[in-house]
Amino acid sequence: MASDSQGPATATDYITHHIQNMTYGQLPAGYERADGSILSEAAWTMAHSAQEAKDMGFWAFHLDTLGWSIFLGALFCFCFYRVAKKATIGVPGKWAGLLEMMVEMVNKSVKESFHGESKLIAPLALTIFIWVLLMNTMDLVPVDWLPWLAQKLSGDPHLYFKVVPTTDPNTTFAMSLSVFALIIFYSIKVKGVGGFIGELIFHPFESKNIFVKILLVLPNLLLEGVALLAKPVSLALRLFGNLYAGELIFILIALLGWVQLPAHFVWAVFHILIVILQAFIFMMLTIVYLSMAAEKH
Amino acid sequence: MNFNATILGQTIAFAFFVWFCMKFIWPLLLGMIEEREKRIADGLAAGEKGEQKLLDAEQRLQDAIDEGKQKAAEIISKAQKRGDEIVDEARETAKGESARIKESALSEIEQEKEKARQELKDQVATLAITGAEQILMREVDHSAHNEVLKKISQQL
Repeated sequence: MASDSQGPATATDYITHHIQNMTYGQLPAGYERADGSILSEAAWTMAHSAQEAKDMGFWAFHLDTLGWSIFLGALFCFCFYRVAKKATIGVPGKWAGLLEMMVEMVNKSVKESFHGESKLIAPLALTIFIWVLLMNTMDLVPVDWLPWLAQKLSGDPHLYFKVVPTTDPNTTFAMSLSVFALIIFYSIKVKGVGGFIGELIFHPFESKNIFVKILLVLPNLLLEGVALLAKPVSLALRLFGNLYAGELIFILIALLGWVQLPAHFVWAVFHILIVILQAFIFMMLTIVYLSMAAEKH
Repeated sequence: MNFNATILGQTIAFAFFVWFCMKFIWPLLLGMIEEREKRIADGLAAGEKGEQKLLDAEQRLQDAIDEGKQKAAEIISKAQKRGDEIVDEARETAKGESARIKESALSEIEQEKEKARQELKDQVATLAITGAEQILMREVDHSAHNEVLKKISQQL
């Protein structure tokens, strides 16, 4: 546990504090704050409780999620750009070799699964893999370190600070919905609007008879629509769920007293698998979905 | 699960990172990797070719050595033959020469013999005449016997 004197009193407080994002948003006039004070007018402010964060509505930002994800994304861009700039055909260094290995792994995966021609798919897959990998890896940093540091630096002992952006559904859904938009874009680009809609309403039940065909439109649309919409939802929830659950277990382990040391180690070792596996699955499924979208039946 | 404007920010960030990767990272890295792959493949192929060439060269070298050995053996045998021939020839020549020398020596000897005999004959005739002269000095009339002496001298 981080700070017993000023910090959360109970285990429940500790857990809820750890799963609350640092939210910045607007509270309406007359709103009763968590500390009992009443706002005289609408104000942009940090949420001091989960309820406040909820009451801020849609126009609020998770500063910790945004900050860490953008920092890690920039780290990805910086590292790879530096290696790409300095890359020579000669013998690569160890660091360059590592990054090139990842690039080749992604390239191989894309070539095996995606048969169309696209300048976007491979860089997209690489970005997803590395970015998600970096964000997931934040889970391996002991749960109290970075929040404690942030609390000390900001001077606010109640500061909410989640360091794993992928435990925020906003992150996973932002990626999966972008992928979803690309799925629809590629479907329409390859098959045309008619082909895309035809795939939705004339499959999986087919008929030669025109009346039966029309009768089957509704059930087909229902099935295909669900299948289509399930893609981004499952993509986002799988990543979010795995990382959120992993994070929660780290938090629970942190409550165990001295037993947390071996327990944390064991779970961290196990979690390394999840960190890499989930990043890989997200990338792989993105490639598969896009190749399905870009293939004519 | 609080959905809020974070999702928009994340989408924009995601799009930016993908764009950056597509523009500045992927083409550079992959182009380089592919070129390196090609270079390595070329290098391996060249290595294999070099090995083949080395084998060929070794084969050729072996052939050349064999050929050289064979030629040398041929030359040696020829030379031996030629040497034998020269020796034979020399022997023949020497034989002929010695015969010729012997011949000429013999004929010279013969000539010398003839000459000596002639000289001897002359000297004997002169001696005989001189002896006869000595003996007959007193009673022989030179003028009366001159004719006889001449005849004898011619007969000799």
